[in-house]
Amino acid sequence: MNPYNYLYLSALLFTIGAVGVVVRRNAIVVFMCIELMLNAANLTLVTFSRINGTLDGQVIAFFTMVVAACEVVVGLAIIVAIYRSRRSASVDDASLLKR
Amino acid sequence: MLTIQTPEAIMFWVLAPLSVVAALGMLLVKKAVHSALLLAWVMITLAIFYIAQDALFLGIVQIVVYTGAVMMLFLFILMLVGVDASDSLTETIPGLRPIAITAAIGFGGLLVSLIGRATLGHDAYGLTQANSEGNVEALAQLLFSTYVFPFEVVSALLITAALGAMVLAHHQRAVPRVTQREQAIARFRGKSLGSAAGLPNPGVFARHNAVDVPALLPDGSAAPNSISATLKARGDMLDSTQFELSEVDNTVTEEK
Repeated sequence: MNPYNYLYLSALLFTIGAVGVVVRRNAIVVFMCIELMLNAANLTLVTFSRINGTLDGQVIAFFTMVVAACEVVVGLAIIVAIYRSRRSASVDDASLLKR
Repeated sequence: MLTIQTPEAIMFWVLAPLSVVAALGMLLVKKAVHSALLLAWVMITLAIFYIAQDALFLGIVQIVVYTGAVMMLFLFILMLVGVDASDSLTETIPGLRPIAITAAIGFGGLLVSLIGRATLGHDAYGLTQANSEGNVEALAQLLFSTYVFPFEVVSALLITAALGAMVLAHHQRAVPRVTQREQAIARFRGKSLGSAAGLPNPGVFARHNAVDVPALLPDGSAAPNSISATLKARGDMLDSTQFELSEVDNTVTEEK
């Protein structure tokens, strides 16, 4: 086995996450799929860090985790704010600009 | 030169399919809570992969931050928002699903074929040299020298995110809070003085005093306003007639 297999796995997980963002309707599940994509990208960074023999990839993955944590906090606050005004967590219901 | 030992290969071939299956299940299960649990499993497998790839610190952070904090936050918000129609798997935009799956196959195929064709120009090095004085020490060395400016920027981002969450979660009252004095005045100036002393308590005295049984009025009928409106709407209100005494034993036995 060579370390590139981790890259294939990461590509698969990223694609699955992208499909989830498009297909699912619940805003929280959409958000979880975004988290899955971020995690897949992190796996790529860690694998390349190992392949290249430097730790820079791991530092970038660490920054990604911090930014993802911020994103989760703000995103979930937005979802709760939308739910409070519309009583729904569906991404289809938040289409005020269309009507 | 990096050689991957057999245990790591076995670990990879066991856990990688499991994580892909869990990720697919995340898309296919109906309930958002199940999606969250499956995602937590994917994150745990990723943490194991990090640790196997000499990224010990990131593996621990992955478990603590992602499966510990982020997924619990997700579950917390799920409990708060509750289950609604958005959980249904019906297609709301016609033709979306085939297009999404086709695009995903194309994108995934592109990525996989790119990884298969690309060559790095050198063999995989491995992290034994970079981690020679410990993974955490080496990461700290990098973080506080080369990456010290991004580190500071990220700290500012964290503070901003915390403030943003507070601002977004803050709920401004549209009407001022009703004071106790105003409530008392409204009770006495209302339609009847019947509720001036407060609404009756639920429960039938001496037979059943749970909150889901309405109180009895002096004429024997039930007082519906003694029950919480939520219980009534949910249909959890019990009938008080079943707690009535069928016959009162009036006979007095003489005691000697």
